Amino acid sequence: MTLSKGDFDDPGDLDQIFLDLVEIENNQMSNPQTTNNKQQITNNQQQITNNKQPTTKIQTEKLSLYYRAKPAFEDVTMSIATGCITALVGPSGCGKSSFLSCLNRLKDLMPHARVEGSIKLGDLEVLDPKLDVIALRRRVGMIFQKPNPFPLSIWKNIAFPLREHGIKNREEIDSIVETTLQDVGLWDEVKDRLKDSALALSGGQQQRLCIARALALQPEALLMDEPCSALDPISSSIVEDLILSLREKYTVLIVTHNLAQAKRIADYVALFWFQSGSGKLIEFGSGKQVFESPQHSLTEAYINGIRG
Amino acid sequence: MTLWKLKISSLFNRLQSQADLLLISILRILATITGAIVLFIVFFLILEAIPVLQDEGIVPFFTDSSWNPAEGLYNLTPMLLGTLFVTLGSVLIATPLGILSAVFCQYYAPAKIAYFYRRLIELLAGIPSVVYGFWGLVVLVPLINSINPPGTSLLAGIIILTIMILPTIALIADASFAKIPEEYLIGAASLGLSQWGTIVGVVFPAAKSGLFTGVILETGRAIGETMAVLMVCGNVVQIPRSIFDPMRALTANIALEMAYALGNHRSALFVSGLGLMGMIIILVVASEIINEQ
Ligand SMILES: Nc1ncnc2c1ncn2[C@@H]1O[C@H](COP(=O)(O)OP(=O)(O)OP(=O)(O)O)[C@@H](O)[C@H]1O
Ligand SMILES: [Mg+2]
Repeated sequence: MTLSKGDFDDPGDLDQIFLDLVEIENNQMSNPQTTNNKQQITNNQQQITNNKQPTTKIQTEKLSLYYRAKPAFEDVTMSIATGCITALVGPSGCGKSSFLSCLNRLKDLMPHARVEGSIKLGDLEVLDPKLDVIALRRRVGMIFQKPNPFPLSIWKNIAFPLREHGIKNREEIDSIVETTLQDVGLWDEVKDRLKDSALALSGGQQQRLCIARALALQPEALLMDEPCSALDPISSSIVEDLILSLREKYTVLIVTHNLAQAKRIADYVALFWFQSGSGKLIEFGSGKQVFESPQHSLTEAYINGIRG
Repeated sequence: MTLWKLKISSLFNRLQSQADLLLISILRILATITGAIVLFIVFFLILEAIPVLQDEGIVPFFTDSSWNPAEGLYNLTPMLLGTLFVTLGSVLIATPLGILSAVFCQYYAPAKIAYFYRRLIELLAGIPSVVYGFWGLVVLVPLINSINPPGTSLLAGIIILTIMILPTIALIADASFAKIPEEYLIGAASLGLSQWGTIVGVVFPAAKSGLFTGVILETGRAIGETMAVLMVCGNVVQIPRSIFDPMRALTANIALEMAYALGNHRSALFVSGLGLMGMIIILVVASEIINEQ
């Protein structure tokens, strides 16, 4: 199954809707098709408010990753829409984490991993060997399943990456620390102990600190690998609300095993499946479409909890 | 039948717990012996040091005009300072070198080179100190002599000790870097931090206590080293005015004079032994405190 930029939403292709909108305005409802269009527009109201400009942030083209000779996933062609939350779901071992690690070139840390295909971040070819990965990773942040704050103070956890990226002014750093901690709802909890070790925070607080740390660098996209699965239900729902609040400002790609969560937060859903020896993208569409009228029989089985 | 099995198994259990008891008592005895040996040595040092301490008190060891036990002059300061200088110098050089070599091994070297480098460092750790001393005497001392005579000097001692304690700090730093959780490194990489930025900002703080332990152990080794220092430092009892001056370390002093020392002279050597022991105890306590934090 090949999916490309146009295929975000089925049947309501977003670009098309956008054009339709323009057309409606132009035609001042004189077109006989208008009623039909209007119907579609109401159906996709939510998507439209979320996507003032429905553009593609990241586009992968026939992307495959091999660990030595063994493929982790193959031929994934997928668009990740700007300002939307795209959820990546699928059974264990189908290559979701591996897919994320290509998008910010974290797979470079594994010398035995080989990638084929192409990833475009805007006009930038992410897989270009001459690419400045440091600049790339500043644009594409990542959050992991296990919260991984550095063994430094809370303040330093955010300040140190900023310094490394050339922001040296103490006042500027202080204000970024404060605003990002406020953005993740941690400021009131930690403002009196910024100098304490980040390792003394609870798991949920640590995860929010990690998100704050990534946000401080003002990335365009955030990759999240099961960010809630190591957290208790309350922390998990706090982090989930936080992710929802990132919509529009950031492009979020989130791996989750929690289908209810995917349903709650995702604008788009991609289902990976282990097929003929490697992970494949078998279904992609708006959250509504994937959950309500899945195209693939495996999807239907998976979301109904029959398999996987 | 089942009863029989049950009996066997309970017998077996009893035997096993008896074996455990036996093992525990053996371990207890061994631990007691080890502790007793340390206590016995300290006790012996104090016992042997008492005569001169009773006669002279502690002050003359710092205020006498020179070290001349035959005439009742017991100034140990030149040797104390000698030990201090040679230890400080070598620790100051070996610490950054050892830590950087571990950084190289862990984060920069290709796997094969890192492997050979580690084996090389381990080999370095295994060379007997008299061999180092011999090498120093034949190679290092003539070299320094050609720059600034006499050659046997504080500098020679510092260089030899640096080479000798380098493996200690390098291996410990390497081990503590290897223990750093991978998620720190992956997290740092995903934030777009440079390799060196990650090392300074994340790896060093995370490995801090291991590195401190390494410094303390290498310092202990430097203080206690006798043979090589004795062979290359020239052993003139004086406070060295430059790194090219000969000097005598406390350990060398004991080794040189023990064979013929009598009476208060002999007792004074035990006082310097006690001093060395005191330094090591302070180091061990310091390392305990650091490890607890
Ligand atoms: N570093 C690695 N070296 C070799 N093989 C790997 C490595 N990481 C993952 N794999 C393999 O690649 C396949 C995909 O793994 P991946 O971690 O991407 O799956 P996943 O979809 O994230 O699974 P999960 O939902 O359990 O996290 C698996 O078969 C796994 O064994
Ligand atoms: Mg995974």
